[in-house]
Amino acid sequence: MSFNFDQELDCSGLACPMPILKTKKAVDGLRVGQVLKMIATDPGSLPDVQAWTAKTGQELLGHEQDGGKFTFYIKKVK
Amino acid sequence: MAKRMAIIAAHGSLDAAYPPLILATAAAAMDMEVAIFFTFYGLEIIKKGKADKLQVAPIANPAMPQPIPGISVPNILGVLPGMTAVATSMMNSWMKKANVAKLSELLEMAVESGVRIIACQMSMDVLGIKKEDLIDGVEVAGAAAFIEYAANDAIALTF
Repeated sequence: MSFNFDQELDCSGLACPMPILKTKKAVDGLRVGQVLKMIATDPGSLPDVQAWTAKTGQELLGHEQDGGKFTFYIKKVK
Repeated sequence: MAKRMAIIAAHGSLDAAYPPLILATAAAAMDMEVAIFFTFYGLEIIKKGKADKLQVAPIANPAMPQPIPGISVPNILGVLPGMTAVATSMMNSWMKKANVAKLSELLEMAVESGVRIIACQMSMDVLGIKKEDLIDGVEVAGAAAFIEYAANDAIALTF
């Protein structure tokens, strides 16, 4: 699964809560409609990103997992 | 859904300083308003230049992992001189290995993301701490100010 994206953020190696803090900062910097590709290796990042998008109202277009590497596509919708 | 988080940080050891700062920064990143009320030894966390120098004591802390896996060190050895420094450097190295952010970084991110840092006036008086001993941006207030903030539908957490 792959999506077009406008910005990429690599959070590989970072532990909770840094991927979420950096994602928040990156999405704040996008315009509405733009997509962030975020890569993380924190095993907790899938539930955390899902919770973050649910709480903030941004859209998780999709995610993929390759071994210990997670890739998320987050669309700024507001 | 609650939009506000009110946290009390009352302890100043290395291990005790992480949970309030992690939850505060995460909640701020989730668009919540957050305030941390630093009281008693929790004030150590917000002293200028102190965050990365906090220590953890092995004595009376049976949950702390053993330095050498499989070899059980009696907890009472924690009273020996230097054991707090040993335990602290061990924990710092575990944190670094797991790529956990430093306390100073989390504190900086908390301030940057608008988390209100409130220092307890009474504790400051008891412990002889002055406002200029604390990091910039600290508000000094009493219990009532924190309760008024928390009473407005906040999730309240104590550490």
